[in-house]
Amino acid sequence: MSKDIRIKKGLNIKLKGAAVQETVAAVPSNVYAIQLSDFHGIIPKMLKKVGDKVQAGEAMFFNKANESMRFVSPVSGEVSEIIRGDRRKILTIKISADATQQYVANNSVAVNQLDAAAVKSYLLATGCWSFIKQRPYDVIANPEVAPKAIFISGYASAPLAANYDYVLAGKEAELQAAVTALSKLTQGAVHISVGKTANSPLSGLSDATIHKVSGPHPSGNVGTLINNVDPVNKGEVVWTITPQDLVIIGELLLTGKFNAERIVAVVGSEVKKPKYYKTKIGVEVATLIYASGVAQENIRVISGDILTGDKVNPDGYLGYYKNTITVIPEGDDYEFMGWTMPIFNKVSTSRALTFSWLFPNKKFKLNTNTNGEHRAFVVTGSYEEVFPLDIYPMQILKACMVKDLDAMEQLGMYEVAPEDFALTEFVCVSKQPHQEIIREGLDLMLKEIG
Amino acid sequence: MSLKSNLHNLKEKYKGTKMAPAFNALHTFLYLPNETTHSGGHVRAADDLKRTMNTVIMALIPCLIFGMFNAGYQHYVATGEIQAVTNGFFSTEFWSMDNLLLGAMKILPLVLVSYIVGLGVEFIFAIIKGHEVEEGYLVSGMLIPLIVPVDIPLWMLGVAVVFGVVIGKEVFGGTGMNILNPALTVRAFLFFAYPTWMTGDKVWVEDAKERADQIADGVKGIDAISGETLLGSLAQGKEITYSVMDQFLGFIPGSVGETSTLLILLAGLFLIFTKIGSWRIMLSAVLGSLAMGYIFNMLAPSMAGTKFFALMDMEFWQHLLVGGLAFGIVFMATDPVSAAQTNKGKIIYGFLIGFMSVMIRVFNPAFPEGVMLAILLMNVFAPTIDHYVVQGNIKKRLKRLKVKTA
Repeated sequence: MSKDIRIKKGLNIKLKGAAVQETVAAVPSNVYAIQLSDFHGIIPKMLKKVGDKVQAGEAMFFNKANESMRFVSPVSGEVSEIIRGDRRKILTIKISADATQQYVANNSVAVNQLDAAAVKSYLLATGCWSFIKQRPYDVIANPEVAPKAIFISGYASAPLAANYDYVLAGKEAELQAAVTALSKLTQGAVHISVGKTANSPLSGLSDATIHKVSGPHPSGNVGTLINNVDPVNKGEVVWTITPQDLVIIGELLLTGKFNAERIVAVVGSEVKKPKYYKTKIGVEVATLIYASGVAQENIRVISGDILTGDKVNPDGYLGYYKNTITVIPEGDDYEFMGWTMPIFNKVSTSRALTFSWLFPNKKFKLNTNTNGEHRAFVVTGSYEEVFPLDIYPMQILKACMVKDLDAMEQLGMYEVAPEDFALTEFVCVSKQPHQEIIREGLDLMLKEIG
Repeated sequence: MSLKSNLHNLKEKYKGTKMAPAFNALHTFLYLPNETTHSGGHVRAADDLKRTMNTVIMALIPCLIFGMFNAGYQHYVATGEIQAVTNGFFSTEFWSMDNLLLGAMKILPLVLVSYIVGLGVEFIFAIIKGHEVEEGYLVSGMLIPLIVPVDIPLWMLGVAVVFGVVIGKEVFGGTGMNILNPALTVRAFLFFAYPTWMTGDKVWVEDAKERADQIADGVKGIDAISGETLLGSLAQGKEITYSVMDQFLGFIPGSVGETSTLLILLAGLFLIFTKIGSWRIMLSAVLGSLAMGYIFNMLAPSMAGTKFFALMDMEFWQHLLVGGLAFGIVFMATDPVSAAQTNKGKIIYGFLIGFMSVMIRVFNPAFPEGVMLAILLMNVFAPTIDHYVVQGNIKKRLKRLKVKTA
């Protein structure tokens, strides 16, 4: 039963530096990296050591808690470095890529004839399970628990995010294979959202329920879709997966080849020629951003969009789940009387001598300045304007801060992920780190309740 | 070396020391800090707490200036030196330099004492507890001089401010943690600690108290000044000489900033437009007071002859024009920390404030200023209101689960 979802609460942050719809093949970088911080809560057991040869799609480590869950290399080459942190925790695994890529030859499968158990073991063994995340807790899905439904957002509403309609074009066969396979893993439906006016390759898929969404960001967040279609109750699990990862799963199912290729948007006000690049998971971002040209030196490079991405150094790597690289100016400078001057060049939801409301179509060049210092919660009612979920945002944040597990559970903690609080964090007058607070709250629940 | 880099170097030098919060408080007034995002989203909206507070202060400034003119005006009218206004809001009798000078001499010291004492306490607490100086007092410090009688002794104000900031706010953990509105805590302290000052009929016009004392001491040749608030007169059923228009424009005696309903109305609209003040609270509080006033109007005929009759029989909308009700609704009830925090809760909270204000006002003619007590009372109940609103959301979630499992 599909339904149209129209979001009223939210905020479109309009920024300079949107990508033009033009894709070039990126120069392959010498080194690719898998960063363990992308797999929240996974403790790796290494299968390869430094100096070992790997093929693309060959397992490099498995999940200590579930040995069948493999994580594979995006490229073929040699494991060149394993960077460890405190208590020898593995942070990053670097692979020097071969000039010609070798792929592990998995069996290609006829998706229609597989049963759930076969799909599951196939995905676990080939490394594709890592693309499936679950709520509650926003972590890689637990294969033991069947989800009540699977949610896929095919509409990227975040600022400057890669346009799914564009990057998925021509991938219908792969998407269909992946969706059909996933639909066998749940009793419920596979729910897919597409933009209302969009011409999405996802909208013609079978074995799925298509929802048309419209409205400001976060209308394209998968959390918004879940909340509107079938919210997570206590004891229930839903899975989420991004469309660009469906393509990788689909290609694997059809051809047996783990092809980590992905079309990545390089965007932001400091990028001279924002456009799309065809590259691979774990690529060195420098190869992309310097190919596009950067306007200046004092920049922040973000793997992901400006609201939910990770800060990376220019010699850092594209995150496992990301398909956008954003480059914006750092804001590490003082601004004379900045707290009281009228403001025309920054985004605000208030009208307190902030004039962005006068220019609804203006594109802004925002920097990373917090525009104020961290304070206790004072202002009320501003989060609700940009938060479309049927949850009290400030109350749940406070419950997380005081580690009140009962209140967190009652207020809907099973339904949320940090990214759902990106906009409340953006508008927060007290500059509280909402996403961090929610992440820590989820980790606490995972530890205490499981 | 520019001022900017000098200050930056000083900031680095003081980092981690006891004095850092004090230095940073001053530094961040001059310059928006160079802090960048380090977790979660990489950009933030333009507003910070200083800007929010500053917007409220901007809304208060017209009330303060009007209050200065009014203090002088009330004095000179009472002494008979000038005539009462005749030409509406822009009457020259009111907007004269003499009025302003007298008023400024009286009121600027109140503002200074309020800020120096209050911010002093804030700085001390920030240094002791090692957190940044939070901006909450910027607004409280401006509100306090506007809700006290013009003739209040400065020492009394100073004591009250210390009480209000320490007991009203800091003991709970500072800005954002308080249960009661600090400015109203100050006024409540004055009200109960020095009742003769706050409720008598001598304090509301500059010089009235001194004249009365002089007359009592036997000084000849001067006239007594009546220094009663309008509400006091109304409560006692006296004939009043002020027209409704005077009450609306604010040419009446009363606390410094509360008299001009016109300016308060404009300030309220400004706060709603800037999205700093909650329209839900303001609107529902106005409706609440009108509702209670209307109920009393209906009941008044059966209460004829009782001491409540005078205020009960007053036109229901007139409650908004006299006393501190309008000021309280726009500036006090909307304090986001002590008000209800959920949108539904705000409507209930505001309505009850309006309702209770008029009720207390009518039923307690000895202390006719009900709005302060009503807001403080509702401050205490705001978390309870929120609790039930949030419970609604929680119940809905539980019900959803039950439907599933059934």
